[in-house]
Amino acid sequence: MRLNGVVSATPPILEIRGLRKSFHHVEVLRGIDLSVAPQELVFIIGPSGSGKSTLLRCCNRLEEPTGGSIRIDGVDIMARSTDINAMRRRIGMVFQSFNLYPHMTALGNVALALVKVLRRPRKEAERVALAALDRVGLSEKAAAYPAELSGGQQQRVAIARALALEPKLMLFDEPTSALDPELVGSVLNVMRELKRGGMTMLVVSHEMRFARDAADRVIFLDHGAIVEEGPPEQIFSQPERTRTRAFIADIAR
Amino acid sequence: MEFHSAFLEAFFKWELIQRYFPAIMKGVGVTIEIAAAVVFTGICAGLALAVIRAFRARSINVVIVLFADAFRALPPLVLVLLVYFGLPNLGINLPSFAVLWIVLSLVLAAFCEEIFWAGILSIAKGQWEAARSTGLTFVATLAYVVLPQAVRLTVPPITNRTIAITKNTALGTVIGVGEILNQATTAQSFSGNATPLMMGAIAYVILFIPVVVLGRFIETRFRWRRA
Repeated sequence: MRLNGVVSATPPILEIRGLRKSFHHVEVLRGIDLSVAPQELVFIIGPSGSGKSTLLRCCNRLEEPTGGSIRIDGVDIMARSTDINAMRRRIGMVFQSFNLYPHMTALGNVALALVKVLRRPRKEAERVALAALDRVGLSEKAAAYPAELSGGQQQRVAIARALALEPKLMLFDEPTSALDPELVGSVLNVMRELKRGGMTMLVVSHEMRFARDAADRVIFLDHGAIVEEGPPEQIFSQPERTRTRAFIADIAR
Repeated sequence: MEFHSAFLEAFFKWELIQRYFPAIMKGVGVTIEIAAAVVFTGICAGLALAVIRAFRARSINVVIVLFADAFRALPPLVLVLLVYFGLPNLGINLPSFAVLWIVLSLVLAAFCEEIFWAGILSIAKGQWEAARSTGLTFVATLAYVVLPQAVRLTVPPITNRTIAITKNTALGTVIGVGEILNQATTAQSFSGNATPLMMGAIAYVILFIPVVVLGRFIETRFRWRRA
């Protein structure tokens, strides 16, 4: 596999080796190798059922891999000695369906892990949570319940919930797929802002325009294996492999 | 006109109302005590069982499911008689009040366990995943994310079931617990008139209507703001 130029100098934040995942007898991931360098934004594209989400969900062990290794900041997250809960708070995750807690305010959603995981005093947790909401432009919605927010606002609160824990890596699982088209922009802007702030991100998404202007690298996944990877210009304009070309043509329609 | 006075004579005889009012009130007190005790222990035990079940330890869950199914299937009267007349043969002598309390608590716990469990299952997988992805443990996720939502969802069925089970305090009459019905039937057999039974019926209505209203209040109160 092509070694990425960005990776060479600094140790990677995320290092996946030979990752395999089977559901019953169906092999969804068939030996994935992937490194993500600090501050890199890596985009994963591919047809539905190609294993994109599963790959992402293995990175914080929401899915248990069946083989291979995953290191986050040098720590093997599969090792018996690794406290997965301690690792998870350093890996932010944003879901397609937001998954905000409906019985808590926006502030409560963001503050929960600060209080219950990091054991911060309530006052301090709320200060940190408010700062996180401010980063996604929603500090004035702190007292609102999820049901009172638009989809775009809910997703930004979900991003703030992950950000508040100061993660080393953020995983985005189709963050804009459940949004009305006019709300997509606000979420992508927050992601651009994160990128500018130096956040390391692994993104599964169909927002190709966003991939073109924000991604450092694009990975094309098909049938549980990486078919091709490279800078966005190359993947989108001059893909080398026929399968990649067919997929790009399909989504460009 | 004749029927009218015959009706009053049969169900609302004034001198009997006066004579048996204190006894019925005593019964009301006993019924409230048992009902309150049953509601508290039954709901707590049901919630505890549902929480234990959430850990999905197979052998423990088999026991919980067997318990819940058996106690939901059996008529409470059968259980009351079985425990009241069976335990003394094992050398365990419980006062009839305690027998009624324990049996009804177990029945309520069995129903509540199933309702709370259904509530826990109804919480979307994404809620678990979101909480776990921020580093919350299984127990913390259950306590702060899943149960608060599940319990709110289950307030209406729990209220209904609680009312249905607490009405079974009337079964205490067959083992001599001095609750409303027991006082009423005793008075009826002494007086040969159904007035005390009517007083008992009215007492049940007065007692349980507020509970129904309270249930409705809790239901609206506990619902979080939705769009």
